[in-house]
Amino acid sequence: MSDVALGAGGTIPPAEVEDVELYHPKSWVTKYVFCQDAKVIALQYSATALAIGLVALVLSWLMRLQLAFPGQFSFIQPADYYQYITMHGMIMVIYLLTALFLGGFGNYLIPLMLGARDMVFPYVNMLSYWVYLLAVLVLAAGFFVPGGPTGAGWTLYPPQAILSGTPGTDWGIITMLASLILFIIGFTMGGLNYVVTVLQGRTRGMTLMRMPLTVWGIFTATVMALLAFPALFAACVMMLLDRLLGTSFFMPAIVAMGQPLNYGGGSPILWQHLFWFFGHPEVYIVALPAFGIVSDLISTHARKNIFGYRMMVWAIVGIGALSFIVWAHHMYISGMNPRFGFFFATTTLIIAVPTAIKVYNWVLTLWRGDIHLTVPMLFALAFIVTFVNGGLTGLFLGNVVVDVPLSATMFVVAHFHMVMGIAPILVVFGGIYHWYPKVTGRMLNDVMGKFHFWVTFLGAYAIFFPMHYLGLMGVPRRYYELGDAAFVPPSAATLNIFMTVAALFVGFAQLVFLFNLIWSLFKGNAAGPNPWHATTLEWQTPTTPPPHGNWGKQLPVVYRWAYDYSVPGAKQDFIPQNQPPAASLAT
Amino acid sequence: MVIALILLLVAIGSVAFHFWSPWWFTPIASNWNYIDATIIITFVITGLVFTAVVGFTAYCVFRFRHREGRRAAYEPESRKLETWLAVLTAIGVAAMLAPGLFVWSQFVTVPKGASTLEVVGQQWQWGFRLPGKGGRLGTSDNRYVTPDNPLGVNPNDPNGKDNIIIVGNDLHLPAGKPVKVLLRSIDVVHDFYVPEFRAKMDLMPGLESYFWFTPTRTGTFEIFCAGFCGIGHPQMRGKIVVEDESAYQEWLKKQPTFAQMSSPSDKGVQAASAR
Ligand code: HEM
Ligand SMILES: [Cu+2]
Ligand SMILES: [Cu+2]
Repeated sequence: MSDVALGAGGTIPPAEVEDVELYHPKSWVTKYVFCQDAKVIALQYSATALAIGLVALVLSWLMRLQLAFPGQFSFIQPADYYQYITMHGMIMVIYLLTALFLGGFGNYLIPLMLGARDMVFPYVNMLSYWVYLLAVLVLAAGFFVPGGPTGAGWTLYPPQAILSGTPGTDWGIITMLASLILFIIGFTMGGLNYVVTVLQGRTRGMTLMRMPLTVWGIFTATVMALLAFPALFAACVMMLLDRLLGTSFFMPAIVAMGQPLNYGGGSPILWQHLFWFFGHPEVYIVALPAFGIVSDLISTHARKNIFGYRMMVWAIVGIGALSFIVWAHHMYISGMNPRFGFFFATTTLIIAVPTAIKVYNWVLTLWRGDIHLTVPMLFALAFIVTFVNGGLTGLFLGNVVVDVPLSATMFVVAHFHMVMGIAPILVVFGGIYHWYPKVTGRMLNDVMGKFHFWVTFLGAYAIFFPMHYLGLMGVPRRYYELGDAAFVPPSAATLNIFMTVAALFVGFAQLVFLFNLIWSLFKGNAAGPNPWHATTLEWQTPTTPPPHGNWGKQLPVVYRWAYDYSVPGAKQDFIPQNQPPAASLAT
Repeated sequence: MVIALILLLVAIGSVAFHFWSPWWFTPIASNWNYIDATIIITFVITGLVFTAVVGFTAYCVFRFRHREGRRAAYEPESRKLETWLAVLTAIGVAAMLAPGLFVWSQFVTVPKGASTLEVVGQQWQWGFRLPGKGGRLGTSDNRYVTPDNPLGVNPNDPNGKDNIIIVGNDLHLPAGKPVKVLLRSIDVVHDFYVPEFRAKMDLMPGLESYFWFTPTRTGTFEIFCAGFCGIGHPQMRGKIVVEDESAYQEWLKKQPTFAQMSSPSDKGVQAASAR
């Protein structure tokens, strides 16, 4: 019945372009180091992102220790705390999640899912990774420069970010800005690749409306990133000039610590507009790939087509577009004309509608499914819970007047961790458990996987759900210690200890996960080409793991959408996208 | 199986936590109980959605889990269901947005007859300025800031002479009178935040922001900084004493004016102690 709408069969256009000749590596170095194969680049991106992410994880333990036991650890001074939150926030959002979803999952899955041999510009793709690595190294160098990394908070608000009351204004802020600039350059090279590959590199029969939602999510996020990052790029250059050459883009006349400074005429709120014009879309740059991937996880492991595919695609595109006109909801109390609040609250709450539709469609995909409770499915379910939770608290913060008491409190910290920290990270894990067999030919260990899942999901929920209530009470964020505050009962200290213990457990589970990644590489069960019985093209490669060029002699031809699971009358409960119509019928 | 049960427990547990945890709003001390009301409406709507979605997910996992021979239904889309859900969601969103915007329009409209209070931030302390007998604040600029003139009041503006300057001391306010708060900063971004008043606003260097509120309850309330302003951010505290009119007038009389502070003979003490 869906054949007409969603196009199983139909005519397959003849090949328009000759099969491309790839540059095949001739030495070990070009095969594994300066490699142009998107799959190798994907692994390089992922390994680097996970490595620097581990740093951010360790920083989160230190922050949590400080919050639970303020002043008990002599090695955590106030300046350190601010350096931790800044580096933790920036690494998690940009260098881990953005890089992992787009550079990692994007590189691996786009060509494979679309039936392409590689990205369209393999050489630029390779450069993208090396520039990213450089950005990570410059960022990490911040830990070793005099004065340490910047402690300006991940939002880097001027004037504070470049004035001496903040840690790391000698060198740290410079390495941070330089690293961001490098990251954006590297990302742009990769991003152009992903976009052009999706638009031009699809195999015969792979129409846009047959693409798996993973590709839709990554594609839309990449387009958004290409539009949003330039604002950050310009802002970083301007701040560097303010810091190094004494220009005043963001600096009005200031008297700092009794000393009049040589600045004047600039506008610190301009930074906030530029930052959030990037920063809000950034939330969705992280979320949309997660939306896409989780759709495919749910569909595959529930053996059922994703419900409302077309609506899902339009929701992704709609959310992406709308997210460019909501940025000032981060600035309701910044001192901009408060009447802007009417506009931005309305646009922000409108986004809730397409977002809610996506949630309904995930849940309705489960409805009357055949749910296999595999590790990827468990992570997908946990994603639904945390994402719904974090999305709903977004309705508090987006509704301008409710944001007034809650903004800049722990409520905000709880909200964004739930919605753009925990929820996407759960999808990352689900995705890794799902595609690891394709990448390595082996399954990840299930017992360790389940342990990792339970501790991560319940632990993270235990950290961040109660945290909302601290914020509701009024505890401000970015306080290395609350000190005396009459409105806070002593029980809050107990809650802080509880959250810290949970955070340490969650952290430990990640180490088990890393161990599993390495252990299974050697000891994991053999996976075979398609262990999950999935329909999408990456599972139909002639060899597993797929070689350079992916498809051997012949590119696959696509006959149907990505979600032909449990089609009535078909022999098996899945029909691969490249299976011609006649072959799928029952005999 | 276990997961279905746990999901259900997460939904129920979250609701139970909401009702039984000891952590909740601090008792309000301003006119903004509308804000609290909007939060409650939002809690009700989002709470219902959360339990419904998570509960339904748990049910699906339980009911449709894989068993031998089970096969999923094939159902690509349902226009009707999707439209219904979208419309219902839009209604729910409107039910939160409408009261929110209504209260916001009150928030941005300062009532006539509100008194004026200027809050000035610097790393890491609060300064306040009240109009004097003349009833107007003199102009100000960061370029005028000196140890004797910590708030940068324009010494050439006659309106500024009688302004009352409070630095490094508690601020008093009369209960029951609306106050328009003007905010500016001498160095970095700060944020004036009194949890009991609900309202807060940034102090943005280079511009002047505002909000208004009416203190409704007498007592002493602590001011926090809610805009990260460097290493002393958590220590940037102050106190507001809300009292009845006569006590307030009594206090007001004792406060130094700008003219008194800047004349070297008298009360330079106040300013000096502030540095
Ligand atoms: C178990 C994992 C995590 C723990 C325990 C944790 C803990 C924390 C803590 C304690 C803070 C500082 C709060 C404050 O004082 O204001 C913080 C800030 C932050 N975290 Fe996490 N976090 C975790 C994971 C993540 C993830 C996955 C992300 C990815 C989006 C993330 C993004 C951020 C950001 C953006 C900030 C704000 C930094 C700032 O205020 O400048 N965190 N986190
Ligand atoms: Cu936003
Ligand atoms: Cu502050």
